[in-house]
Amino acid sequence: MSDILLTIDGKEVRAKQDMTLLEAARSAGISIPTLCHHEKLEPYGACRLCIVEVETRGHPRIVVSCVYPVEKDIVVRTRSEKIDRIRKMILELQMAHAPDSFILQDLATEYGADKDRFEKEPSFCIHCGLCVRYCAEVKKKNAVGFVDRGIRKEISFIPEIASKECWNCKECFELCPTEALQAAYVLIEALISPETSFKPEEDGDRTKGDQDRKARKGLSVLA
Amino acid sequence: MSRINSPAELEAFRKNLISARDPNKTCITLCSGSACHASGSREVAAGIQEEIQKQGLSDEVEFRRTGCHGFCERGPIIVIHPEEICYFQIQPEDVPEIVTETIKGKKVIERLLYTDPATNEKIVHESDIPFYKNQGRIVFGSNVKVDPKNIDDYLAIGGYSALAKALSDMTPDGVVQEVKKANLRGRGGGGFPAGIKWEGSRNAPDEVKYVIVNADEGDPGAYMDRSLLEGNPHSVLEGLTIGAYAIGAHEGYIYVRQEYPLAVENVNIAIRQAEECGFLGENILGSGFDFVVKVHRGAGAFVCGESTALMTALEGRAGEPRPKYIRSNVVGLWGKPSVLNNVETWANVPLIINNGADWFTQFGTDGSKGTKIFSLVGKITNTGLVEVPMGTPLRDIIYKIGGGIPGGKKFKAVQTGGPSGGCLPEELLDLQVGFDELTKAGSMMGSGGMIIMDEETCMVDVARYFLEFLTDESCGKCVPCREGMRQMLKILTNITQGKGKEGDIELLEELSETAIEAALCALGKSSPNPFLSTLKYFRDEYEAHIKENRCPALSCKELISYYIDPEKCKACTVCARKCPSEAIIGGKNLIHIIDQEKCTKCGTCLEVCPSRYQAVKKISGEPVPPPIPEEARTIARKKKQQ
Amino acid sequence: MDTDRIDQIVDKHHGEPSSLIQILLDIQTENSWLPREALERVAERLQVPMTRIQHIATFYKAFSLVPKGRHQIHICVGTACHVRGGSRVLDTVEDLTGIKPGETDLDLKFSLETVNCLGCCALGPVMEIDGKTHGKMAPAQTADVLKNYD
Repeated sequence: MSDILLTIDGKEVRAKQDMTLLEAARSAGISIPTLCHHEKLEPYGACRLCIVEVETRGHPRIVVSCVYPVEKDIVVRTRSEKIDRIRKMILELQMAHAPDSFILQDLATEYGADKDRFEKEPSFCIHCGLCVRYCAEVKKKNAVGFVDRGIRKEISFIPEIASKECWNCKECFELCPTEALQAAYVLIEALISPETSFKPEEDGDRTKGDQDRKARKGLSVLA
Repeated sequence: MSRINSPAELEAFRKNLISARDPNKTCITLCSGSACHASGSREVAAGIQEEIQKQGLSDEVEFRRTGCHGFCERGPIIVIHPEEICYFQIQPEDVPEIVTETIKGKKVIERLLYTDPATNEKIVHESDIPFYKNQGRIVFGSNVKVDPKNIDDYLAIGGYSALAKALSDMTPDGVVQEVKKANLRGRGGGGFPAGIKWEGSRNAPDEVKYVIVNADEGDPGAYMDRSLLEGNPHSVLEGLTIGAYAIGAHEGYIYVRQEYPLAVENVNIAIRQAEECGFLGENILGSGFDFVVKVHRGAGAFVCGESTALMTALEGRAGEPRPKYIRSNVVGLWGKPSVLNNVETWANVPLIINNGADWFTQFGTDGSKGTKIFSLVGKITNTGLVEVPMGTPLRDIIYKIGGGIPGGKKFKAVQTGGPSGGCLPEELLDLQVGFDELTKAGSMMGSGGMIIMDEETCMVDVARYFLEFLTDESCGKCVPCREGMRQMLKILTNITQGKGKEGDIELLEELSETAIEAALCALGKSSPNPFLSTLKYFRDEYEAHIKENRCPALSCKELISYYIDPEKCKACTVCARKCPSEAIIGGKNLIHIIDQEKCTKCGTCLEVCPSRYQAVKKISGEPVPPPIPEEARTIARKKKQQ
Repeated sequence: MDTDRIDQIVDKHHGEPSSLIQILLDIQTENSWLPREALERVAERLQVPMTRIQHIATFYKAFSLVPKGRHQIHICVGTACHVRGGSRVLDTVEDLTGIKPGETDLDLKFSLETVNCLGCCALGPVMEIDGKTHGKMAPAQTADVLKNYD
């Protein structure tokens, strides 16, 4: 396999054919911010913070570097007014959920993001999926997974597996960009009350507001 | 039925089939699509069968339940052949009369005919009705001729001849080139040229390839693909098999929403029949080409209409899209080259193969060839499915075919392209429909939803509605879509509730940029379209909501009030009796007053207030006038003059 | 739902992990909801992790993890129904039944869901109960329709 030559931020970079733009940039010492990337895991492309501008045949467009394969002779810019503006917005959106995350705070300083721009909904989780993917891809335990979709998407542990596997592992805690708060919280919740949450019929009131969608969807059965 | 082993056998079989059918035999066809089903076509069908038997006509009269005829506004529809007498809104009690008068007596029943509202004339034949006359139904037209559960009907109108032609007279590459030359663009949303997509798959080196029918039609208010798959499933199967031959696939999937039970049923029956006849399976028509089709029911996720999400779902996972930097026609289902087209695209393929690309390209504009089926719905007189040549002006579709806006209301906008599309105002009614034309105007073709909105539709609410829909349907994987839309929906909801503030529009624009540039899939990237297009053409409505707390369309619940005009109220008590929340203070001979605290703004009072009084008013942006004093409420009735 | 029946469904789909969604749909259709024991059996038979089943069962709208009511109310909130006042019909039905979309009432009488298009836009606003279509609904008519069910 022959190497591929491309230009990143004005620097000529030699990359392996199966590399992504992010890998190529990092191999050349050029940093691109990421939240959902981890070198041991399959590229995921969810946080979109690693966007860069790629120019092919004179047309610049924005691509996501962690999933974009390197191409011969392309010109890549990792910073521009537009990229910075979008990264700032992505950070502001995330900080509505995890305002206290150090990683987010550092990036916010760099990009001038205002952590208070959007109304706070502190759920801690920013859905980077690092815990879920690490548990599945590296540890092969599948103790934690995603549930639901869209703005209701959450992480959730499978109590039977978590009670056996998690206490001695907890490797996902360190990966969490929100300082392990979310994973620890959800895990403990799953371990403390797996039994009570198994039987939604016994709550007595399925329509109660506080049970909200989670109960309606029956999530408590699984969580 | 026995297996057909060659194109020659197929033609011989077809000849026999046609000669055994007497073209002069009376045949009653009844539309049995989902819309007619909902308005009672099943009961009508039972009635017809019973009556034919009762009147001893079983040998002389044929009865066929066909797919959707398209004129859903007037269903259930029956057409009596060979005279082609067309009756609308048939109820079971009409059936005996139809059989006695029309079938036996050869007399037309005037009251069941269509009345042209323009001339007040009764119209006997389907083809003379403006709704049909102004269409060009090359794809959808066969629906009225076939019973979707009977492959013989499809064969009798030339079915599977395109497959026979492709397999025996054309090379796979020849098929690809013909589709390319026809410039058939994907009818599912993006409008990507099918031929180019096919060529990419054909040229990919892998041994295993797939073809897929996207029947996960999810746009709210669009049901074209449903009606095609329900009404003429073989046309889709034939197109798919030709596509498989062209790219070298031996396995195909039909991804159909399980919310479409009739489509699932009919397509399964069609596959079984096609297998029995040898149009699917091994050595199709003696050509040596093998191809099998499986049905995968979609479990309800709009995002699965996106091609990569659909493929993920086919693999048995939650339908999250994948990055498309390598196209799925090269790396698709299970990492193999996969051609995915929607139902209507596939149904066009047999026509192109049979008639040639030159025939196909005579319809349409420079960039958009052929026809397009639209689901014409909303505030429109003739709701239904219409097929027109590309390039037809919106005005013709809405007025000539659709019959305009009902109830004397004024047209405001036409929404095309589903949740990712946009709203076009009256100034653009002469726009010719086509992929590029609609995109340029800030909307898109999408899969063909065409929702008409009148003066009572609030455009800010429409944007909020679509954002709400998309927020619910987002897969939740990427931040610009999940979090961006969460915020956009919050802001738009606030605006429709009178809580909008200065700077909201600019913030929405900034969030839109993030979604367009950085979201993972087409759903996210196009999610700001409903907002951007309504802002572009109806900015004044946004400003009225934000600056004046006023909804100009009198639609946003939090910004309107219902009020009874004391000058006009005649104390008929209808509104007080019908009000579901007991919010109307009434009484005999007393002018009625709405208790604004109790009012849930359901609008019942306005609907039930007799039109000769018109006492209930909707107001917005102004305070409700104080209730008239108790002593002034009594209405002195004139004594009845004897 | 007993294990034998679940095994039959799994066998019908040749125990293929890629048929997971189809298997869950069959169970949902037959049983009207997905009990945890059924999901565990499916996970065991197909050798797929529970995390994946959990994601699918909550990602797709067709699945329910709690029992459903005797009558299924579907209110169309498609665009055509929306511009014709479908949301007012939904509001009124919510008031009358005391439940929101996705919920089931305490007596297990009604389950309420919204749907995106029932394919009969000419009849909008549309409410469907147990598969029967009630077209051209006005908020005031909903009570009369609902009282026919018990």
